[in-house]
Amino acid sequence: MPSLKDLKNRIASVKSTRKITKAMQMVAAAKLKRAQDAATASRPYASRMASVLANLSASAGAGGPRLLSGTGDDKTHLIVVMTAERGLAGGFNTYVVKRAKQTIGELRAEGKTVKILTVGKKGREQLSREYGDMFIAHIDLGGVKGGNFTEFAIGLGHSLTKRFDDGEFDVATLIYSRFKNVLTQVPTAQQIIPASAPADAETVDLKGAIYRYEPSEMEILETLLPRYINTQILSAMLESAAGEEASRMTAMDNATRNAGDMIDALSLQYNRARQAQITKELIEIISGAEAV
Amino acid sequence: MADKLHFSLVSPARELFSGEVDHVIAPGTHGEFGVLVNHAPFMTTLKNGVVRVLEGDAVKMRIFVRGGFADITPDGLTILAEEARNLEGVKAEEVQAEMNATLLKIQALDKDDSAKAALQAHFDYLESLKAVLVH
Repeated sequence: MPSLKDLKNRIASVKSTRKITKAMQMVAAAKLKRAQDAATASRPYASRMASVLANLSASAGAGGPRLLSGTGDDKTHLIVVMTAERGLAGGFNTYVVKRAKQTIGELRAEGKTVKILTVGKKGREQLSREYGDMFIAHIDLGGVKGGNFTEFAIGLGHSLTKRFDDGEFDVATLIYSRFKNVLTQVPTAQQIIPASAPADAETVDLKGAIYRYEPSEMEILETLLPRYINTQILSAMLESAAGEEASRMTAMDNATRNAGDMIDALSLQYNRARQAQITKELIEIISGAEAV
Repeated sequence: MADKLHFSLVSPARELFSGEVDHVIAPGTHGEFGVLVNHAPFMTTLKNGVVRVLEGDAVKMRIFVRGGFADITPDGLTILAEEARNLEGVKAEEVQAEMNATLLKIQALDKDDSAKAALQAHFDYLESLKAVLVH
């Protein structure tokens, strides 16, 4: 039976925990708003880009650039795992890592070589335990704040295309958390190299007319593809950032509520113990008086 | 068929413009071109320059874009720009300040940092933007 003093201390400590989780929840909510706006704002560009690519690749056929047609092989896979930089976001990072492990497992079962590149500290921490030997690079998101996602995405895109050109891998798959709504983030695996237009990209009905290209189709494809890849990375990053904050907000909301429940339970216990003590003292006094 | 051209201009950060206009003049890599409604399907890359949106004969809006693509379909014109800025309300001094900041960032990076190319492109964009503003 904890003493009254112990109970009092525990109540105080849970109360301060609740204050912290409450503050984290509010910070996450504010950041979520911003991240969500950024993710929404980037969608028109990404979807337009996808439909342009769909149009182009439909007419380009098989002879397109390597970024589109691939190396003709699929022996070496690069898995790019995108997680958050910080924890305390519920199951956010774990879900992405779990999805990555599943993909890695499948690929290895098929006898493919797997290489891993992680973005965000949490993914590296969780994956390096098991797959340390497959890591080729890690990118910290520490320096990425607010507005410069674009620069970062372009940088990552460049390094991926360079590695592809150097023949380091045949297929690159991006694993990230897609932001569906505040309560649901879906861990998604998306192939980014060789590039393919998503199946749901809208293609335009030309009504029998023929597209004209200036400069040539190939030149356009060659400038478009790296950008398309960058765009996909950027939107994945923005979705992931929004998902992280959403997940953190939900997790902290739960934590705050749990702390509240705990405080209620502890206060009840405290009050009972105090009352028991008072009753005990009264009985002692009364029985003492009777004895006299 | 509508006698207005549906025009939208998007950059990775946001959609800058979407609506019905009369006429758009854009800077293609092979020269400026104008687009009216019912233009034949056409696609081209763009260079840094000013996209002009015309309402009748009057210029309604001027947007400075960096690179990207113009895609003309029977549905209208879509410009996908790497970067875009509405020229209205942009001041030369602000651009200069941004140029300086970008230059500092470039210098701070390693030689082979891949983000450097992106920053350099951004810098070039600001430089040409400033050139347009000064005139």
